[in-house]
Amino acid sequence: MSTTPLAPALLAPERARQLAGEFGLKPDEYDRVLAILGREPSLTELGIFSVMWSEHCSYKSSRVWLRELPTKAPWVIQGPGENAGVIAIGDGLAAVFKMESHNHPSYIEPYNGAATGVGGILRDVFTMGARPIANLNALRFGMPDAPRMRRVIDGVVRGIGGYGNCVGVPTVGGEVNFHPRYNGNPLVNAMTVGIARADRIFTAAATGMGNPVVYVGSKTGRDGIHGATMASTEFSADSEEKRPTVQIGDPFAEKLLIEACLELMATDAIVAIQDMGAAGLTSSSVEMAGKGGMGIELVLDHVPQREAGMTAYEMMLSESQERMLMILKPGREAVAEAIFRKWELDFAVIGHLTDTGRIVLRHKGQVEADIPLAPLESEAPLYRRPTAETPKQPVIEAASVPDPVGSEKALLTLVGSLDLCSRRWIWDQYDSMVGGQTAKRPGAADAAIVRVEESLEQGGARALAMTTDCTPRYCLADPEEGGRQAVAEAWRNITATGALPLAITDNMNFGNPEKPEIMGQFAAAVRGMAAACTALDFPVVSGNVSLYNETEGRGILPTPAIGGVGVLEDVAQAVGLALRPGLDLVLVGETRGWLGQSLWLREIAGREEGAPPPVDLAAERRNGDFVRGRILAGAVAACHDLSDGGLLVAVAEMAMAGGVGARLEAGPQGIPAHGWWFGEDQGRYVLAVADTAALLEQARAAGVPAARIGRSGGEALVLPDGTSISVPSLVEAHERTLPALMVQSAGA
Amino acid sequence: MRAGLVLFPGTNRERDMALALQRATGRKPAMLWHRDTELPAGTDLVVLPGGFSYGDYLRCGAMAAQSPIMRAVRDFAARGGHVLGVCNGFQMLTEAGLLPGALLRNASLRFLSMDCHMRVERADTPFTHRFRPGQVFRSTMAHGDGNYFADAATLDRLEGEGLVALRYATPEGAVTEAANRNGSARNIAGILSPNLRVLGLMPHPENQVDPLIDGTDGLPLFESVAETFAETA
Repeated sequence: MSTTPLAPALLAPERARQLAGEFGLKPDEYDRVLAILGREPSLTELGIFSVMWSEHCSYKSSRVWLRELPTKAPWVIQGPGENAGVIAIGDGLAAVFKMESHNHPSYIEPYNGAATGVGGILRDVFTMGARPIANLNALRFGMPDAPRMRRVIDGVVRGIGGYGNCVGVPTVGGEVNFHPRYNGNPLVNAMTVGIARADRIFTAAATGMGNPVVYVGSKTGRDGIHGATMASTEFSADSEEKRPTVQIGDPFAEKLLIEACLELMATDAIVAIQDMGAAGLTSSSVEMAGKGGMGIELVLDHVPQREAGMTAYEMMLSESQERMLMILKPGREAVAEAIFRKWELDFAVIGHLTDTGRIVLRHKGQVEADIPLAPLESEAPLYRRPTAETPKQPVIEAASVPDPVGSEKALLTLVGSLDLCSRRWIWDQYDSMVGGQTAKRPGAADAAIVRVEESLEQGGARALAMTTDCTPRYCLADPEEGGRQAVAEAWRNITATGALPLAITDNMNFGNPEKPEIMGQFAAAVRGMAAACTALDFPVVSGNVSLYNETEGRGILPTPAIGGVGVLEDVAQAVGLALRPGLDLVLVGETRGWLGQSLWLREIAGREEGAPPPVDLAAERRNGDFVRGRILAGAVAACHDLSDGGLLVAVAEMAMAGGVGARLEAGPQGIPAHGWWFGEDQGRYVLAVADTAALLEQARAAGVPAARIGRSGGEALVLPDGTSISVPSLVEAHERTLPALMVQSAGA
Repeated sequence: MRAGLVLFPGTNRERDMALALQRATGRKPAMLWHRDTELPAGTDLVVLPGGFSYGDYLRCGAMAAQSPIMRAVRDFAARGGHVLGVCNGFQMLTEAGLLPGALLRNASLRFLSMDCHMRVERADTPFTHRFRPGQVFRSTMAHGDGNYFADAATLDRLEGEGLVALRYATPEGAVTEAANRNGSARNIAGILSPNLRVLGLMPHPENQVDPLIDGTDGLPLFESVAETFAETA
C-alpha cells in the first residue's frame, strides 16, 4: 500500500562503503546493494543487507552443495527451507526437528552461548506448531588442559542444562568428542524434536494483504546486535571483544512463549509464524514476506523495547531472545492478545502486510528503510567456491601395526579415554525425565527413546528414537567416507534400538570456505552423506551450516553432525544395550580388523593416521534391516552397534550397563587380536540372544554375516587367553575420567 | 478422588503428574491457575508440581508462594485438606510456611538429574500407606536446589514427632552420606505437616508409575492417596 517516496537518511558514499566492509560485505556484494537500491543505503538498510547476506543467513558458500542432498520420501511432510523439517510418524502425528549450531557464542560466553543455542532450536520447532518433547546435542571440545577449555566445557554443560531443565524439555541424548583442533573453537550443536498433528503444521509464508504483523514474547534490547555477522567470520585473539554480541537467554520467558504459542495455535488465528532467531526482526520479517510474495510495512515505534532510545538499526539487528513474529487473520488480534497477556508476555501489532513487494520500516515519523524484497533474496550472493580434494590416506593393515600393550591394558585405557569415557558427569546435569515419557535415558540404549504422549492419548504407544552422530577424525582423513559414515552411524544407532530410521537433520561445521581445501571437505562430505541418505532411505529434512570455524587461521576437524530420528510403533519393543546373564553374544557384520583412524591407533599406538573404515552401504542396509527385524520379532535381549573402539569396547559397554560379565571366544584366523578386538569396521552390531541357532540360520538366509562370539555371565570379561577384566574395574576406569577433570570447576 | 493441580508460570512437570494421578485414580486432575482465588468445590487433594515457577529467579518457590491461589491452598490445608508438593512444589510449601525449613542449593552446586533411592520412614500416612515401613524405592531427582535445611531444633522436632516421611538411602536402605547427593540435612527427602496431610518431597515419583517408561517404584505413593480418597472416587 505504501508508495512512500524514498525518505531514509542516506549514508555518504565513502562512509557507506567503509561500513559495508566492517559489516562483512565484500566490495562486489556492496556493489549489488547499490544496484538494487539505485542509491546509497541508509544505516538500517545496510545493516539489513549485511545480515541477510551473511554466510549464516544466506548459506552463500554452501547452498550449491546442499542441493545434492536427498530431501524427499513418502513420509516427509516438510523438507529443508522452513524453520524445521517435518515427517509423518503414524497415528496422524508428525515429528518436527532440526539441529542448529551456536559455536561462536559458546566460545565467547559459554553459558549463555549454549543456553541460547538451546532456546533458538526450541523456537524453530514450536514455531511450526509442535510441542518439543526432546532435546539432544552434539558437542566438540578442545583438550581439557587447553587454555579456558575447562571453563568452556563447564559453561556449555551448565548452559544446556540451565535452559533445557527450566523449559521442561528433557535432554535425552548427545555426543561429545575432544580434540586439540577444537581448542580455540568448540562446537555446540543443539537439536530439538517436537510432536504436532500432521494436519496442523504452521509455516512462515505470510499471506493476506493488510493482515496484521504481530510481535510477541520478550522485549527487544541491544543484545546480540550483528550476531549473525559474528558467526560468519573467523576468530582471532580479540574475539573477547565480541562478547556484547552474545545474547542472554531467559528460559522462563521461553517456557511461557511455548505455552502461549501452542494455546494460540489451537485456535485458527494464525496465518504464518516465525521465530526471531539469527538477525532477529530483520530475517523474520524479510523471510515471512518474501516467502509469501508480499510486502511488509513495520512501525518500529510499536516494537516492545527493553531500553530507551533504541534506533531503527538497533531494533532490526538485535538478537534478543524469546521473540516471535506472527501474521494473524484480520480481527483475531484480541483473541491472540488475551492469550499472550495471560502468559504475561509482550504483544504488539507492529505493522501489516502490503502488496508492494517491499519492506518499509518507519520510526519516529521517518522512513528508515525501503528495500525491494525479491532482489534481496534473488540477488543474494551465491558462490561456487574453488574446492581441493583431500588426499587419500593409505590403508593401514592391522598386521603391520605392533600391539604395544595387549588387549587388557588397551581396553582399560580406551574405556577411560576422553572420547570413550562415561558422559555421566554431563548428563547428570540434564533433566532427561521431565515429561514422563523417556523410556531409554542417556547411556541406556544406542538412541534415546521417548514415547509420544499424543499417541498414548489415542491408545497407542508409539515412540521416537533419536541420536546425534559424527566421527570427525574420519571426516578429516576422508571427508566423503566420513560424511557417509556419520549418516550410517545415526541410522545404525536408531536401528540398534529396534526403531525404523526415518530422516535426519544435519549441522555442517567446517572451517573457512574461502580456502579450497575446506570447501573441498564440505563438498566431499555432502557427497558421502547424500550417498548414504539415498541408500538408507534416510533423507535430510532440515539443517544448518556453520562455517568459518577457525581460530588464528587453523580450522576445526570437518564435523558434519547428523541428528537422526526413527519411530517404534510400540515403545515396549525398544531394546537397550545392558547385558543380562545367560545369553549368547552374536556379532553381526563383517570384521577385517580395520585400524586406520581407530581410537586404538590414536590412544594406544599414538598415531592419528590412515584411511578411515569404509562404509559398504548395501551391507549396512542388509545388516541393519536384519537386526531390526530380529529385535521387533522379540529375539534380541540387548543390542549395541560397534563404533569408536570396536568390538571389545562395545562388549565392555554392554557389560558395564548391565553389571554382567562375558566370556569371549577368539576371532577368526588371519586377523591379529588388536584388529579383531579394536578395529572399527563399519556396519556391525553385537546382539545378546537366547536362541542362537535360529538367529544364525536366519542371518545365513538373509545373506548377513553373523557369528557367535561369546556368552554373558559372571562379573568379568574373560578373553580367550584367560585374561579376566572385572566389570567393576572397567566401570572405575570408565567413570573416573570426566569427574577427575572437571571437579575443580564446581561452582566456577 | 478429586485432585487439583496448580499451574504457575514456569511449571513444567504438570503433565507427568497428571498422568500419574490418572493412572492411580482413573481420573484426570483439574488444572488450576495460579491467579485463581479459590479451589473447586469438593477438592480432596491439591498438588503443586515441579518446574521453575517464575523462572526461580528469586528463591525457588518464593514468588509462587505469594500467588493468589496459595491463599486458598493455605486455607485448604488449615481446614485439614491434603496437599502434595513435589520438587518446586516442596520449595513453595516451605516458602508458604506450610512446611518448615528451606531447600538450599545442592551441596555440589550443580543441577542433579539422576536416580535416587528413598527409605520410607512413615508408612502410616495418607501418602505412604501402600509402602511397607522401611521400604526402599527408586525415583529420580532433577533439581538445583534440593538441599533440605532447617535448624537443629526444627530437625529434632521433625524427627521427634515422626514427620520425616522419606530419607535418601542406598538401594539396601542404609542412610549414608554417599546416598545423599544434594547434601540434605539428615538425608531428608520428604517431610510431613503435623497432621500428616501435607507432604513435600524433592524427587519425582510421578516419573516412576509406568512399567514401559521407568518402572513403577513411585506408584504406591499415588495409590496411597487414591485409596485415602477411595470413597470419593
